[in-house]
Amino acid sequence: MKVRWLKVAIFLLCLLPLAALGLKAWHGELGANPIEVITHATGDWTMRLLLVTLSITPLRMLTRQYWLIRLRRMIGLFAFFYGCLHFTTYIWLDKFFDLHAMLADVEKRRFITVGFLGFVLLIPLALTSTAGWIRRLGGKRWQRLHRLIYVTAVAGVIHYIWLVKADLRKPLQYAMVLGVLLAYRMAVWLKESAERKAVVTPGPRVGVSEG
Amino acid sequence: MLIKKNEEIRSSEITPKSMYLNRRTFLAGAAALGAAAAAGLGLRNMAKPDLTAEANAKIDGIQKSPFSTTEAITPYKDVTNYNNYYEFSTDKYEPAGLAKNFRTRPWTVKIDGLVKNKKTLDVDGIMKLAAPEERIYRHRCVEGWSIVVPWVGFSLSKLLDQVEPLGKAKFVKFTSLADASQMPGIRQPVLHWPYTEGLRLDEARHPLTLLCFGMYGEVLPNQDGAPLRLVVPWKYGFKSAKAIVQISFTADQPVNTWNEAAPQEYGFYSNVNPNVDHPRWSQASERRLGEFHKRPTLMFNGYGDQVASLYNGMDLRKNF
Repeated sequence: MKVRWLKVAIFLLCLLPLAALGLKAWHGELGANPIEVITHATGDWTMRLLLVTLSITPLRMLTRQYWLIRLRRMIGLFAFFYGCLHFTTYIWLDKFFDLHAMLADVEKRRFITVGFLGFVLLIPLALTSTAGWIRRLGGKRWQRLHRLIYVTAVAGVIHYIWLVKADLRKPLQYAMVLGVLLAYRMAVWLKESAERKAVVTPGPRVGVSEG
Repeated sequence: MLIKKNEEIRSSEITPKSMYLNRRTFLAGAAALGAAAAAGLGLRNMAKPDLTAEANAKIDGIQKSPFSTTEAITPYKDVTNYNNYYEFSTDKYEPAGLAKNFRTRPWTVKIDGLVKNKKTLDVDGIMKLAAPEERIYRHRCVEGWSIVVPWVGFSLSKLLDQVEPLGKAKFVKFTSLADASQMPGIRQPVLHWPYTEGLRLDEARHPLTLLCFGMYGEVLPNQDGAPLRLVVPWKYGFKSAKAIVQISFTADQPVNTWNEAAPQEYGFYSNVNPNVDHPRWSQASERRLGEFHKRPTLMFNGYGDQVASLYNGMDLRKNF
């Protein structure tokens, strides 16, 4: 019950950035270059929500609030939603559906290439985000597939670093947060594999006993 | 300042309608505060007056120029609230607020290097060297957006004539103010301060190259490079140095800040060229502020007839 209301609240919260953009656009307050503002805002929120999604697991492990997992899918889908908006501003407002120019961009501009890659990799994750797909794929395989979000997040940070002119402060902030989130996973993985080894090593000795 | 009666109405007085209207609603609102509030009119404008609503001093005796374009002028509000001015901030929306209290007087410009008469001139003296002209130029940013601005100033050559460059002088270097106490961006090592720019002497002497101290018929707003800036309309915007404190004549090509920061991305010449892409984005088209669709970028920003001959025989792909 508690989680359900929290989910409603988070759902509305995730819509706020879009509502703010819409309101500003309605009042003509998006500034001198509205399309640039929309592009940057949707890109920023994609990145932020990806990082929030990635912080759910560490958070629930550290706080032992395991129910937090129930928020992850929605936040992840919102990251994808803002990614779609970001991509749409690009193909519509920047390229005006000029497929040729877009393909040239994807091929020639590395920041576009890597951003595009990050976006495309989110699509299978969004499609298989349902309980049905977890069942169909099986937990292990589903989990492996959804590790693609690491690639997307890294691609997103690189996309940002490669597009700024000189001021790297903001993309590096994202890079730092992502670094911490990935380092946590790395630490957990190292610890677990060390434990596994500790369990596995005595094994052979027992097995060798007699031919 | 020359005081001349100008019979014709300048475009700057007609076109930026939004500014006009803004100011009118603002004044009307202030005058009839009670009534307006009751009617609920102009409330938003009153609550949030434009950062640029305070009028700058008018410049008298501005003459028209044959170099002006007839294209629609970008609204004053956009040109004064969207500024690439890294000395204040890397966010284009911030210089308007951060430069509010920037002190533009007293202000002197040191002119030195390979010249016969080294001088330090007061900005008010410089402004009196020639009659102010309105030059409505296209202004293209390397980032892919453009504006049309009615600058006020006169050809830089008028100032250069004052100091008589020596024969050895081949380049002119411009240095902008870097005062951390007034310019918060200076505390960030984003670029190598002070900002410097350079032109070949023949580029600097070209009649299109403008020594600028005003726009829209008024004194230059702080965020647009007051009190004195350069405007080189056929080059990307970053070549047009702002808040200039020193002009030096050199034999060797001077360092320009963006070239120093990323030499593979920003050249010394930086002529607007739709055929030479920035390594990270295309320069074939641009977004004119206020327009929805992008428009094709013109070679030399449309000033090819006047300036193409400066680069005869040069490979503009190499000398980007």
